[in-house]
Amino acid sequence: MMVSITMIFAAYTSAYIVRREEGNWLEFDLPTGFLITTCIIVVSSATMQWAWFAARKDEINQARTGLLLTFLLGVAFLAGQWTMWGQLVDSRIFFGGTDANPSGSFLYVLTGVHGFHLITGLIFLLVVLRKSFNYQVHSRQMLSIGNVTIYWHFLGALWLYLYLFLLLNH
Amino acid sequence: MAANLPNQAQVQGGAGVTEPGISHNEHTHHDEHHEQGFLSKYVFSTDHKTIAKQFLITGMLWAIVGGTLSSLFRLQLGWPESTFEWLQPLLGKWIEAGKLNPEFYLALVTMHGTIMVFFVLTAGLSGTFSNFLIPLQIGARDMASGFMNMLSYWFFFISSVIMFVSLFIETGPAAAGWTIYPPLSALPQAIPGSGAGMTLWLVSMALFIVSQLLGGVNYITTVINLRTQGMSMSKLPLTIWAFFLTAILGLLAFPVLFSAALLLIFDRSFGTSFFLSDIYIAGQALPNTGGSPILFQHLFWFLGHPEVYIVIMPAMGMVSEILATNSRKPIFGYRAMIGSLLGISLLSFVVWAHHMFVTGMNPFLGSVFMFLTLIIAVPSAVKTFNWLATLWRGNIRFTAAMLFSIGFVSLFIAGGLTGIVLGNAALDIQMHNTYFVVAHFHLVMGSSAFFGLFAGVYHWFPKMFGRHLDEKLGYVHFWLTFIGVYLVFLPMHYVGIAGFPRRYYAWTGFDTFSQFANLNKFISVAAILAFFAQFVFVFNFFYSIFRGRRASENPWRSTTLEWTTPVVPGHGNWPGAIPAVHRWPYDYSKPGAADDFIPQNVPYSQTQSSNLPYEKEME
Repeated sequence: MMVSITMIFAAYTSAYIVRREEGNWLEFDLPTGFLITTCIIVVSSATMQWAWFAARKDEINQARTGLLLTFLLGVAFLAGQWTMWGQLVDSRIFFGGTDANPSGSFLYVLTGVHGFHLITGLIFLLVVLRKSFNYQVHSRQMLSIGNVTIYWHFLGALWLYLYLFLLLNH
Repeated sequence: MAANLPNQAQVQGGAGVTEPGISHNEHTHHDEHHEQGFLSKYVFSTDHKTIAKQFLITGMLWAIVGGTLSSLFRLQLGWPESTFEWLQPLLGKWIEAGKLNPEFYLALVTMHGTIMVFFVLTAGLSGTFSNFLIPLQIGARDMASGFMNMLSYWFFFISSVIMFVSLFIETGPAAAGWTIYPPLSALPQAIPGSGAGMTLWLVSMALFIVSQLLGGVNYITTVINLRTQGMSMSKLPLTIWAFFLTAILGLLAFPVLFSAALLLIFDRSFGTSFFLSDIYIAGQALPNTGGSPILFQHLFWFLGHPEVYIVIMPAMGMVSEILATNSRKPIFGYRAMIGSLLGISLLSFVVWAHHMFVTGMNPFLGSVFMFLTLIIAVPSAVKTFNWLATLWRGNIRFTAAMLFSIGFVSLFIAGGLTGIVLGNAALDIQMHNTYFVVAHFHLVMGSSAFFGLFAGVYHWFPKMFGRHLDEKLGYVHFWLTFIGVYLVFLPMHYVGIAGFPRRYYAWTGFDTFSQFANLNKFISVAAILAFFAQFVFVFNFFYSIFRGRRASENPWRSTTLEWTTPVVPGHGNWPGAIPAVHRWPYDYSKPGAADDFIPQNVPYSQTQSSNLPYEKEME
C-alpha cells in the first residue's frame, strides 16, 4: 500500500510539473505569510516523526500528543493558507474573473489542490489518533502510523517544493 | 485447515449446494464459500471475479452504444445526400427536415471516441482481465483490497451513468471531439455541445479517473505483495506483467488528465483563463487573456499517449499467453517480451508531442519527439517478431481465442506500419487530421485491442462461467469481424492520403472529393455490417453463460495457475492451500515430458525425465 500511495503522488507531482511548463505570467510578489505557513508545516512534520518514534517505543501518551500536535499544526497551516488567499484577494490577485491572470489562478490551484490533499491527510490523522486512543497503535502495530507519517512527510515535502517553486518562478 | 480440506472441496465443487454436515463450520475460514445474499454476491460484491464480470458486461453494453453511434455517423458519411427520416424515432429532434443535425454529428463522433477509448477499451478491457486474472494467475485469494476494488467498479458505474445521461440532454452530449480541445470545449456559447453536455463529460471523466486510480493501486499492490510462494517476478505470466505495467501507466497518466480537466472546469465555470486568450465569439471580445490552448494539448496528450498503451498492453499480454498455449510452444523470448513491455511503458511518456507536430512547435523539438516516437517501433517489432516466432512450427490449435490472437498480431502489424509514417514530423504535417490517422489508430489500438478483448473472453470464458462459448459461432464472429475491419480501415488510408479531413460532416462541397464518394459508401457498408456481426458474439456470450458446453478444469491444457482451480472457482479461488509455483509459465512441449504441458505448480522432482541440466539441481 505504501508503494501505491507513493505512486499516486508521484503521479500528482508529475501532473504539477507539466502544469508548470506554462509561461505567460503576470509578475507579483508572493505574500510573506507563506513563509510562516511553510515553517508550520515543517514543524508539523517534526511532531509527526516524534509521534512515530514514540509509538515505536510504546510510549503511547507521547504518540497521542504528537499526533494531536500534528493535527493542530495541520489545521493551523490550512488556516494560514486561507488567510494568504484573503491577502492575495486584497492585493487584487484573483482566481477568476476579468482581472485574473493565469499566474494568479495557478497559485490558487496549486495551493488549493495541495490544501485538498492536506485535508485528506488530516482525516487520515484523525483515524490514526482514534486508533491510538483505542491502544491500537504501538510497536507491534506500526502500519497505520507508519503510513500516515509517510503521507504527512510527503505533503510537507510537496509544499516545500511548491513554495520554492513559486518563490523562484513567480 | 488440512482437516477441513475435503469438506471445502465439496462445498466448492457442489456449486453452492451446502451439505448439512458441514454447514456449521462454513464461516471458519476466509477462503470458504459463505452464504451470501443476492446483493452482496452479484451487486456489491468484493470478489474480484464478480467485479471482473461486472466490468465485462458494462463494457459490452458500452461497446454496443459506441458501435451504434459509429453506425449513425457512418450513415451520414456514406450517404451525405440522403434523408434519414427513418431515424427520427431513435434520434428525435436531431433529425431536422430529414437531415442529421451537424452539431449532433460532432457529438456522435465525440461520444464514440470517448466511449470506445475510455469506457470499453480501458475499463472494459483492463477492468475485466486485470481483475479476473491477477489474483488467479499469481495465486492470491483476492485483490489486496476487495473493498477498493468494489469502489473502483462503482465509481466506473456512476461515471457511466452520467456519461449515458449526457447522451439524452437537450443541448446534446459533448461535441468538441474526444480530445475536448479548448477553446471549443471551454466556451458554452461556441456550440450547444459545450454546454451541459461538456459539464457532464468532465464530471463523468473525473469519476472515471478515480475509478482507474482505485483499480490501478489495487492491481499494483496485489502483484507486488500477494504472489504465491515461488512466484518470482521472473515467473509471472506475461499477462500479469502487462496488467502490472498498464496499471503503473494509468497511475502516472490519469492524474494529468484530471488536472487538465480541473483547469478546464475552472475555465468553464469560474472565469479563469488557463486555456483562453484573446477570443472573439459572435463579434464579442471575451475578457480572458494570458491563457494557452496549447497547454491543454500538452496536458491532454501527456495522458493521451500513455492511454493508447494502457489500451493495447493488456491485449498484448493476453495474446502472448493465448498464442503460446495454442501453439503448444513456450513463448519465444520471454525476457525480451518483458523488456519490450518495459521499454514501451517508459517511451510512452516521452512521445506525447507527436500528436502536436502542427501546433507550431519548434522544429528541433519536433525532431526530438519524432526520434523518440520512432524508437517505439523497436520494442513493438521485438514483440511482433516474438509472436511470429512463437507460432513458427508450433502445433497450432485454431480455437476462436487463437484466431482472434492471430488477428490481433495481423492488425497490430498493419496499423503499426502506418505509425512509422505518421511518426515522421514531415509526413505528419501532410497527413495530420486526415482519415489516414483515423485508419492508423483504429487498426493499431482500436481494432487490435478489441481483438485482444475477444481473444481473452473466448479463452477465459470457461473459467468465468464454467462453460465454453460456442466455437462455431466464434469462427463466424471472427471471420466477419476480421474481414470487416480490414474492409473498413484499408480503404480509409486511401481516403486519408487523398486529403479527407476527419470530423467533417460531409464533403459534398468539395469537387476533389467527389470521386471518393463510392469508397466512403463502401466503408460505411462494411462498418455497419461489421458492427452487426458483433451481435453474433453478444448472443453467443449470453446464451453460453446458461447453455454452453460444460468446461473441464483445464480445457486448454494450459500451464498457468488459474487452471488449477475448480471449474468455477469460489470465494478465495482455491478450496485448499494455494499452490506453490516451481517453474516458469511456458513449459509447453518440453522434450522428454510425459504431457505436452507442465503446469507451474508441478515441482521439478516430478518431471525428472524432462528436466534440463540446470533444473536437475532444483529437483
